[in-house]
Amino acid sequence: MDYFLNAFVKAIELLVSFDEELYGIIFLSLKVSASAIAVSSMIAVPLGIGISMGRFWGKKLLVSIINASMSIPPVVVGLVVYIILSNKTGIFHTLRLLFTPTAMIIAQTLLALPIITGLTIVAVKSVHSRISKTAISLGASYTQLVLLVIKEARYAIGSAIITAFGRLMAEVGAVMMVGGNIRYKTRVMTTAIALQKGMGEFELALALGIILLTMAFIVNILLDYFRDEKEVPRT
Amino acid sequence: MSIMFELRDVKKIYDGKTVLRIDELKLEAGKINAIIGPSGAGKSTLLQLLNGLEGSSEGAISFDGEKYTKGKKIPLNERRKMAMVFQKPTLFNSSVYENIAYPLKLRRIPTKTISQKVNEVLELVGLRDKARQGALTLSGGEAQRISVARAIVTHPKALLLDEPTANLDPANVELIERIIKHANSAHGATVVIVTHNMFQAKRLGDNIVFLLNGQIVESGPSDIIFSDPKNEKTSAFIRGEMVC
Ligand SMILES: Nc1ncnc2c1ncn2[C@@H]1O[C@H](COP(=O)(O)OP(=O)(O)O)[C@@H](O)[C@H]1O
Ligand SMILES: [Mg+2]
Repeated sequence: MDYFLNAFVKAIELLVSFDEELYGIIFLSLKVSASAIAVSSMIAVPLGIGISMGRFWGKKLLVSIINASMSIPPVVVGLVVYIILSNKTGIFHTLRLLFTPTAMIIAQTLLALPIITGLTIVAVKSVHSRISKTAISLGASYTQLVLLVIKEARYAIGSAIITAFGRLMAEVGAVMMVGGNIRYKTRVMTTAIALQKGMGEFELALALGIILLTMAFIVNILLDYFRDEKEVPRT
Repeated sequence: MSIMFELRDVKKIYDGKTVLRIDELKLEAGKINAIIGPSGAGKSTLLQLLNGLEGSSEGAISFDGEKYTKGKKIPLNERRKMAMVFQKPTLFNSSVYENIAYPLKLRRIPTKTISQKVNEVLELVGLRDKARQGALTLSGGEAQRISVARAIVTHPKALLLDEPTANLDPANVELIERIIKHANSAHGATVVIVTHNMFQAKRLGDNIVFLLNGQIVESGPSDIIFSDPKNEKTSAFIRGEMVC
């Protein structure tokens, strides 16, 4: 117990003294996951809206595939990206992306895509079934209906993005595979914790654990906020 | 007498089941037309056919002199002469003001006119002080009053209401009935109101249509239907008995 308590005190010390390595790791984690979220949202949100509101052959199957992809293990995505990037004959090899933050962003983007798409599809579907008849009966054209549905689904889409962000921050398999946990280069919070060795890193890992926990709390508070969103800003 | 809606040989079929079969129905312009009948009679289906939210499976429906046969959609500018209120108020997640302004914005009405019109109907429904409140925080009665306000703000030629007061307290029922009458008398809106409440039909309706099992049993001026129904089932329903 003493051992743990000592480590805990040292972890707090690292945090409040703004230890350079610690904050470098935190910053890289945020940078990688935020970039991945930015890229994947730009693709997945319009895609989810389009799939949800569209009528086309094979829609049901496509939605099932997306839903299934939401729970692909990160390490599998990491493996696939690893194979593609390390293929000596491929064009990706010449880009020398393996074991760089860019590779990590690519892997996490792929991981977030089905999550945001799937949750957006659900969000838009429920809004659409709630308001479409009302909007049309009030004189909305199809385009105006689509715009209204997007506006009404904004909080649910926001929470889809935050959910995906939470998943990426906590994910270790993909960033480990393609990033390699290289100190000062590709080491992020989860890989640092997973691969901590020896006393020095143990305290660092614990400090990172505290940060991760705090972030998980923040993510959940944000999600609650979006779920309860009933108050509206002044017009 | 001028006609706002006319149905001829109209059928609506859901999953092979005919839920509505109307040989002929005329709804008079400028009047309050009440459609009564027990649950499952096809009242909501009829209203959605009138509004063009659902297409008929067979037959022709005329609205304001234009005839629409099966598969022919009512064009947007014609559709915009109507507004509909549903049993369960569906408000958008924005302010009360924005909700009422919505149909006006769809029609690209200038902002100044919008603000004037919205405030006018807010006054009418007695919710002027709630303009800035989030619409999803309103009580059931307030929400339905906003639904009605949102429907009449464009001064529609035809106002369709599907059991608009079914779940409301007497004070709100009275208020909403007053607003419906106002839309009819002040703006000449043709009202089609679905209700299973006999007393409401009596209070509001100039004309009554009695629907049962997807078919019209009897229709005509309110005073005649209520005082001298021709059909045995109509009189039973008016007495408040179970009919099927
Ligand atoms: N979208 C639908 N799909 C299948 N059946 C429907 C649908 N809408 C209504 N019905 C059926 O049509 C009949 C009439 O329904 P409705 O018009 O809602 O009756 P009312 O409004 O008079 O209670 C009911 O038997 C109902 O189950
Ligand atoms: Mg109904």
